Amino acid sequence: MTAPLIRIEDLHKDYVTGAGRVPALDGIDLEIGAGEFVAIMGPSGSGKSTFMNILGCLDSPTRGRYLFAGEDVAGLDADRLAAVRSGAIGFVFQGFNLLARMDALDNVALPLVYAGVARASRRRRAAELLERVGLGRHAHHRPAQLSGGQQQRVAIARALVNAPRLVLADEPTGNLDTHTSVEIMRIFAELNREQGLTLVLVTHEADIAGYARRLVRFRDGRIAGDEVAGGGAP
Amino acid sequence: MKLDDLAGEAWRALGANRLRSALTMLGMVIGVGAVVLMLAIGAGAQYMVNRAIASMGTNLFIVLSGASTSGGLRFGAGTTPTLTLDDAEAIGELPTVAAVAPIAPGTAQFVYGASNWSTLVRGTTPGYLKVRDWPLAEGRMFTRAEVRSSARVVILGQTVIENLFGGADPLGRVVRINSSPYTVIGTLAPKGQSLDGRDQDDVAIIPVTTAQRQLFGSRFPGTVRYLLVQARSPKLMQRARRQMEALLRQRHRIPAGQPDDFTIRNLTALAQTASRTARVLSIMLGAIASISLLVGGIGIMNIMLVSVTERTREIGIRMAVGARSRDVLLQFLLEAVILSILGSLVGAALGVGIAWLVSELVAMTVVVTLWSIVLAVVVAAAIGIFFGWYPARRAARLRPIEALRYE
Repeated sequence: MTAPLIRIEDLHKDYVTGAGRVPALDGIDLEIGAGEFVAIMGPSGSGKSTFMNILGCLDSPTRGRYLFAGEDVAGLDADRLAAVRSGAIGFVFQGFNLLARMDALDNVALPLVYAGVARASRRRRAAELLERVGLGRHAHHRPAQLSGGQQQRVAIARALVNAPRLVLADEPTGNLDTHTSVEIMRIFAELNREQGLTLVLVTHEADIAGYARRLVRFRDGRIAGDEVAGGGAP
Repeated sequence: MKLDDLAGEAWRALGANRLRSALTMLGMVIGVGAVVLMLAIGAGAQYMVNRAIASMGTNLFIVLSGASTSGGLRFGAGTTPTLTLDDAEAIGELPTVAAVAPIAPGTAQFVYGASNWSTLVRGTTPGYLKVRDWPLAEGRMFTRAEVRSSARVVILGQTVIENLFGGADPLGRVVRINSSPYTVIGTLAPKGQSLDGRDQDDVAIIPVTTAQRQLFGSRFPGTVRYLLVQARSPKLMQRARRQMEALLRQRHRIPAGQPDDFTIRNLTALAQTASRTARVLSIMLGAIASISLLVGGIGIMNIMLVSVTERTREIGIRMAVGARSRDVLLQFLLEAVILSILGSLVGAALGVGIAWLVSELVAMTVVVTLWSIVLAVVVAAAIGIFFGWYPARRAARLRPIEALRYE
């Protein structure tokens, strides 16, 4: 049994629109233990992206509790949330979100800049991670010179560079072909299996979700299902 | 996050769009260049005026004879010779007066060998050099004994020497002034133009008695046209004036209630006015140039606003990987400050360069002062901070999820 890294209790998020208050999350209770690999699925508008944003400390809930590694982060201000992101959370996005004018190495090292790591060790650590995702020889390529799969691997290296306790991947294969998707998902599964990395993945593709070991289904801002999944075995 | 890392990020961001950064900087370049150049021109004008003033002598009064009334008819200053050499002596003994020089002026024809030249001759006393702050280039001034004996000695200004002697050494030579021989015993150091543009070096000095008795003759021997009086210090000017008035009224036996038969004018006041005019001119030039500095600053704000909008997604990414709003604020602020400081350094160099060109080509005096450059660069940096603040704050206040979603 793993210790709960994330504990969420009765979490609500409302959006205020012209039509009044629209609940995006409507009472979520969830625990995720360290070392878990969780896939979140659901139709668009089900609240899974909103949930990911709150999970990643990019946004704050309207109501409810969010304990991250024992700390209540639901009510933190923007700068404290930034500190949590900087120290403990890595992101992988659908659109890669690399900075176009920086080479792969600098992109990977970027989180360390904001964590206050010295330049020499930043570069060393970034090079290490590029090596681990198999891009050691592309360190000085810019994103435009890399394929989609390579860009996403750079993004994964960036997410891992500050040794996070949690990596969030939002549709990480959404912009990739099937072959490359498999490649990326294998990297995720391996990181989870061999290094005990806690991973939360949002996807709407069942076979992508199949790499995870637990599957949480969202519908209308609530959790509609929570089941054990394939465990990345295909 | 350390400042040098932020500066590195800012520098790279600017390097990513070099043409735009250069064009933005151009505003500051022109602004600072204009300020440095205009201040240099203003300081040059001030320098010229101050030099002209210094060449006139400091703490100076001119005492004119005249303003007399005869049978109801009033005559202008200087028409009736009431000032005597004894008056000059007496004024010289006042405690507030440093030096006094009676002046008997006139023009005369100078001949040396085959050359001849007409120039202004001032008959005066040894005190003249002190009153005018005018050192000799070579030789000596005539003595009081030579004044008493009406010696035929002369001290020549540089322009006269040039025209009579060419390159030859004039000391000890004998020149003919209106046909009488005079020995050249000294030469005056060059003084340049006066405030009203006259060549001050086109002059010769002889003992006042020689001028009156031999060279010009005088209907009123022993009197002079005017006196130059130097007070001991600027603070003593007022008191010196009062003492001179009292002394001259007493010596001329003017009863109380009657007007003076002399006029005392403060030459320094005139000079101060000229100096103030030059300073106002200099400030005005600087102020006009500062407007372009302001425009340059607005240019920076404009570009930074565009840049923030354009890089919204980048800001979102930076925030997602741990940048605090302060980090984002500082980075954009630094970009603005780097632009303005770099621009101002280039502008200062350009301003100095053009100032040099102007002084070479137009023969105009420009004085580039270090403080004007320092001032311009500091003001430019302040403008960078001021105009960079608003765009930077806009960037820092973006919410990460919205910034990430921005297309």
